[in-house]
Amino acid sequence: MSTDASNRRVVVKSLFGAAGMFAFAIFVLPPMYDLFCEITGLGGKTGDEYTAVDVRVDTSREVRVRFLASNNASMPWVFKPTKDSVVVHPGEPTEITYFAHNVTDQDMVSQAIPSLVPNNVADYFHKTECFCFENQPLAAGDQADLKLVFIIDPDLPAGVNSVTLSYTIFDITDRAADPIAQL
Amino acid sequence: MAHGPATLADGWRAYISRWVFTTNHKDIGTLYLWFSFAMFLMGGAFAMVIRAELFQPGMQLIRPEFFNQMTTMHGLVMVFGAIMPAFVGLANWMIPLMIGAPDMALPRMNNLSFWILPFAFAILTSTLFMEGGGPNFGWTFYAPLSTTYAPESVNFFIFAIHIMGASSIMGSINIIATVMNMRAPGMTYMKMPLFVWTWVITAFLLVAVMPVLAGAVTMMLMDINFGTSFFDAAGGGDPVLFQHVFWFFGHPEVYIIILPAFGVVSQIIPTFSRKPLFGYSSMVYATAAIAFLSFVVWAHHMFTVGMPIAGELYFMYATMLIAVPTGVKVFNWITTMYKGSLTFETPMLFSIAFVILFTFGGFTGLMLSIAAADMQYHDTYFVVAHFHYVMVAGAVFSGTAAIYYWLPKWCGKMYNETMGQVQFWVAFIGFNIAFMPQHFLGLAGMPRRYADYGLQFADWNMVSSIGAFIYGGAQIMLLYNVIATIRNGKPTTEEKTWEGAEGLEWTVPSPAPYHTFEKPPEFK
Repeated sequence: MSTDASNRRVVVKSLFGAAGMFAFAIFVLPPMYDLFCEITGLGGKTGDEYTAVDVRVDTSREVRVRFLASNNASMPWVFKPTKDSVVVHPGEPTEITYFAHNVTDQDMVSQAIPSLVPNNVADYFHKTECFCFENQPLAAGDQADLKLVFIIDPDLPAGVNSVTLSYTIFDITDRAADPIAQL
Repeated sequence: MAHGPATLADGWRAYISRWVFTTNHKDIGTLYLWFSFAMFLMGGAFAMVIRAELFQPGMQLIRPEFFNQMTTMHGLVMVFGAIMPAFVGLANWMIPLMIGAPDMALPRMNNLSFWILPFAFAILTSTLFMEGGGPNFGWTFYAPLSTTYAPESVNFFIFAIHIMGASSIMGSINIIATVMNMRAPGMTYMKMPLFVWTWVITAFLLVAVMPVLAGAVTMMLMDINFGTSFFDAAGGGDPVLFQHVFWFFGHPEVYIIILPAFGVVSQIIPTFSRKPLFGYSSMVYATAAIAFLSFVVWAHHMFTVGMPIAGELYFMYATMLIAVPTGVKVFNWITTMYKGSLTFETPMLFSIAFVILFTFGGFTGLMLSIAAADMQYHDTYFVVAHFHYVMVAGAVFSGTAAIYYWLPKWCGKMYNETMGQVQFWVAFIGFNIAFMPQHFLGLAGMPRRYADYGLQFADWNMVSSIGAFIYGGAQIMLLYNVIATIRNGKPTTEEKTWEGAEGLEWTVPSPAPYHTFEKPPEFK
C-alpha cells in the first residue's frame, strides 16, 4: 500500500475516533452519570412518583425527617417548609407542606429540586405526591401551600435515625416559555 | 529540487508568504516554538501580576475580579498556549529527523493546525478587554461558575477552546500518520527513539481526550445559550457531572503535557552519560502503562465532591498505581547515569533537575492521592506547589533542555555554555524559592485562587513572590540566550554536536538543511 493511501487511512480512522469521543462526551457520559447516581442513590436525587404497595408500618422505629428550603441565587420568592421537622414511623404516609409566596409583581414559574442526605437513603424515601413533580406557577403576589406526601421505606438501613430533605427553588419562568425546554 | 526558503533578502512579501504558506516541518516546528515562547512570556506576565499582588497581604495593585481573570488566563495560556504547542513544535522539528522521514505525513494539515492557534489565543486574550472581563472561573472552569455566573465573554472562551482542540487533534493525527507510515527502512517500532515513542502515545491520548474537552465546552455553550441543563440543577442537571467530564479529559491532559517531556529527557541523559538508555523497552511499556492508567483515575481530582467510600478507595489505589511505571522511568534515568562518563552541559543540568524535581512533584502527588489526606490538601497551595513541580520543573525544564540540546542542530550555531549554565542556576534556584514555600502555605491551610490571604501566610508568600520574579527573569535570559545564539553564536557545522549523541538527527549537517532525508537513510 502506498504511503498516501495509508496516511489517508490513519486520518480517517483518527477522525472517526475523535468524533466518537466527542459523541461519547455529550451523549453517553451524562446519561451514564445519571444512571450511576440513580443506582447508587448518590447526588441525593429522590425518585419519581411512588405508588404505595406496602402498608406495613413499623411502629417500633422512629425517624426524624428534617426539612430545608433554599432559593437559587436569582429567585426572589419566599419559600420555606411549614414545619422544621417531623418524627415518623417507617411505612406511614405523612403529609407536609411548603409555603411559597411570589413577592414580585410578575407572574412566575418555579421548579423545586430535591436533595436528600445521607446519600444512601434516597432509595428508601418515597414520595407519593410532591409539588416537585411539576412546575409551580404563581401569579404576581400570590401565595400557596405546596403539598408533599412521603413514606419512609420500612427497609430503611438500621443506623439511620434522621433524614434531611432539602428543596432548592429555581426561577424557570424564561425556560417554561422556551420551546427547547418543553422537549 | 525546489529552491531554498525565502529569506529577508527576497523582500518582505516573499518572506511572510514563506511562513504563512509553509508546509515544511522545520518551518512549522519553528513557528510552533516561537509562538509557544510568546505565549509562555504572556502567561508568565500574568503570573507576575498574581505574585506581585500576593507579595503582601491586602489588596495592593489590582482588583480581586482582575486577579481571578489572571489566575484563569495564566493557567489556560500556560497549558494550551505554552507547554502543548512547545512540544508539538519539538515533535515537528525532531520526529521526521529522528525517524528518517523527509517531512511530516500531512504537511498541509500541519500548516493549518499551526495557523489556527494564533487566532484561538487572539480570541481568548481579547476577552480581557471586553466588558465584564475575561474568563474568571479558574482554568478548570467548573460549572456553574463558568455557565450561570460566567461573564459574557465566556462564549469567546468556548470558541477559543474549540479551535485549540481542533489544532491539537490535527497535529496529533499528523504525528500518528508520520510515525506509522514514514519511518526509514529498518526502523522498527522498538528501535524508535524514545522521544518518538512518547509522542506517538501522547498523540493517541490527544485524539482520545481533546474531543471530550470539546464536548464539555459544547455542553456549557448549550447550557448558556440554548436552554439545555447538562450542568444546571434547575433543569435536572448536575454541576458535578461537569467535573467528571472535565477531569476525564483533564487527567490524560496532564500526561499529554509530561510524556513528551519524559521523551526529551530520555534522549538527553544517555547523550551526556555516554551510555545507551537503560531499559529501553521497559521505558516504552511504562509510558504506555501511564497513558492507559490516565483514563481510569480522573476522580482523584474531586475527592471532596461526596463520593461513596468505595469510589474514593478505587480512585486512590488506581492513582497510587501510576507511581509504579513512573518509578520505573525514574529508575531507568538514574541507572543510565550510573557509571556513565557524565558531563554537565546545560541540557544535562536541566535534565537532571527535571529528574529530581519531577520526582519531588510526583511524591507530593502521592500525598494528594491519599483520599483521606486530600480532604485537607484539596484546593490549597499544596496542590499549586505540586502541579508546578510537575508542570514547570517537569515540562518547562525539559522543554528548556530540549532547546539547548537541539539549538545547534536547528541554527548551526553553538550557544554560550557559560550563559546557559548561569540561566540554569537562576531558573533552578528561582523556581525552588517560588514553589517550595507554597507547600508550607498549603499545609498551613492557605486556599488557592484568592487575591488576599491571612496575615499568618505573609512571610512565605513574600519569599514565593521573590522566587517567582527570579524565575521570570530566568526566562528573559533564556530568550536572550536563544537570540544571541542565532545572531552571534559560534558557528558549528559538525553533524554530531554532542560527543555522546546517537540517532538519525545527528547524521544530517548542522544547521539541518531545509530538506532532509529525501532518500530514506539506511537504519541499522
